[in-house]
Amino acid sequence: MGQKLTIEPVTRVEGHGKVTIHLDDEHNVVQTRLHIVEFRGFERFIQGRPYWEAPVLVQRLCGICPVSHHLAAAKALDVIVGAGPDNISPTAEKMRRLMHYGQFFQSHSLHFFHLASPDLLFGIDADPARRNVIQVAKDFKELAVQGVMMRKFGQEIIEATAGKKIHGTGAIPGGINKCLTIEEKMRFLIGKDPLNIDQMITWAQGALELFKDYHKKNKDLIDNFARFPSSHLSLVRKDGALDIYHGVIRAVDADGKRILHDVDYQDYLDYIAEEVKSWSYMKFPYLRALGRQEGWYTVGPLARLNTCDFIPTPLAQKELEIFRAYTGGKPNNMSMHMHWARLIETLHAAEMIKQLLNDPDILEGELVRKGSKTIEGVGLIEAPRGTLFHHYRINKDDQIEMANLIVSTTNNNTPMNTAVELVAKANMNGHEKITEGMLNAVETAIRAYDPCLSCATHALGKMPLEITLYNAAEEVIDVLRSELRG
Amino acid sequence: MYYGQNCVDESPKILLYGYGNPGRKDDGLGPVLVDEIEQWIIRQGIRNVSVDSNYQLNIEDAYTIQDYDIILFMDASIEDIDEYIITRVIPSDKVNYTMHSVSPSFVLHLCNTIYRKVPSTFLLHIKGYAFDLQEGLTDGARKNMEAASDFLKGLLQDQDRLLDNIEPFCSINGFTG
Repeated sequence: MGQKLTIEPVTRVEGHGKVTIHLDDEHNVVQTRLHIVEFRGFERFIQGRPYWEAPVLVQRLCGICPVSHHLAAAKALDVIVGAGPDNISPTAEKMRRLMHYGQFFQSHSLHFFHLASPDLLFGIDADPARRNVIQVAKDFKELAVQGVMMRKFGQEIIEATAGKKIHGTGAIPGGINKCLTIEEKMRFLIGKDPLNIDQMITWAQGALELFKDYHKKNKDLIDNFARFPSSHLSLVRKDGALDIYHGVIRAVDADGKRILHDVDYQDYLDYIAEEVKSWSYMKFPYLRALGRQEGWYTVGPLARLNTCDFIPTPLAQKELEIFRAYTGGKPNNMSMHMHWARLIETLHAAEMIKQLLNDPDILEGELVRKGSKTIEGVGLIEAPRGTLFHHYRINKDDQIEMANLIVSTTNNNTPMNTAVELVAKANMNGHEKITEGMLNAVETAIRAYDPCLSCATHALGKMPLEITLYNAAEEVIDVLRSELRG
Repeated sequence: MYYGQNCVDESPKILLYGYGNPGRKDDGLGPVLVDEIEQWIIRQGIRNVSVDSNYQLNIEDAYTIQDYDIILFMDASIEDIDEYIITRVIPSDKVNYTMHSVSPSFVLHLCNTIYRKVPSTFLLHIKGYAFDLQEGLTDGARKNMEAASDFLKGLLQDQDRLLDNIEPFCSINGFTG
């Protein structure tokens, strides 16, 4: 009798998601699906609100990456107030960039130290009681301390640039509302050990070395786990440099052939469409040029390093050259190399933070620019987990009458589903008993994408982990709850 | 915000830490209560109590709390409780975190593992009812928050016996682990 296995919600993945794995009578995987209960009412909720509220309002969407939504909304509104997309002041752009690189630094650090390192240090099939950050803290204390302090440093950059931890107000339509103070700048540059940028750069390099060393010893796992050909899409600077804040859209296929040639993101709807499928609340974006079947693409760290020509900071550029050499200059389609790419970006973010802290424009300058108002604008930004689109249109009363958001995790919907299917088949086919290690392998594939499932609500008692095993008659034959897994 | 610069040496350093997303109605109970209590602390001239808030707890909070003697976390709850309850937080390495947040007991355990410190830690659970994408608490949640606020102010006004005064409540409600 066939079986249906449900993992709900996915551990160490934010929000509500579940994986269903259908097994036939021979215990072979016949179908897998990553279901995501994504909130889709937000666009409607924002309609009717004054446009200038959007950069603060959109932070309600997500307590994980509020900075990305804050900045994407502000960029879309730059266009509406006549200051964008290329004409905000140098001070405004640099302060926003500092906020954004701070977010990248903390988010990527959290992912590596807190989420990825337990799998890497103890093994995917290790006892789940050991495979967590507490055990990392016990066995590799220095590493755990670094993770905590890197995350804290990034959070403090965000607080200093956004104004506060919750619902920051730093970016406003047409610019920003504050500069950095000299005290803040000096604290980040030469602050009390270890909370200063040079220490952060050193630790970012150390994390990269840790990964590369692990890779050397575990090539088969890192190179072949959830490896599949994919197109890749991201923002790049107009000269082809890696740029997570501003630029044009570029997409390449699995062999590196350009699919989108550095197009203006104001016209994204000419190039990207979204498909709805009956079994998921989350849409499936695709490139119009390639159609629904072939047009899906990956976003995030791996995609960014596959699409850009170079990284505009020296240490990260050196690492990119090593990364590129590994695949002979071809796009890297190895899901676990997402961790490698993420760490190169962590180093780049730290270098950029240092560069921006040394830039006099962040201390003073023109805060806001405005010009001829338009009724529609698109803001595009690279969130830590991938490309994020915000699109607004306003009416004559300055109210938002249309909003369209494509979040990073939505862009990665098909790749994550593909990864789940590959890993489930590789690990579960033919096995009568589904082990914890097999389930974690599936989750490891999902975690590589660092998905954020748009749910910042976390009230006590609201998010149990439940794994339910069904037979073909939909009868529950086994249930695992969160306390059993930890 | 830290108000402890001029505190008397023997006073315990206390941190009130509310977490949740104020953009999701009652999920904001913790941060909203912290905002309210912060004003009261200033008016009262209490100098050994600091406040903090964030969307969620995370690993860096292990570093934050290691500098205090007593921690009072505040969070919205959908548990079957009346207005609010308080529980003692015990360190736990139970992996009950999602991808991007951790529990108070996990923070405390991490603090102990890394910094070898275990401050006396409590969690104030305040009953919430609605968690959709809107700013502002429901009337019921606000009422519960006010009751929790009165309880908290009572504790802070009698700091010499703060731990003794919390204990009976925790004895009833048990632990958060």
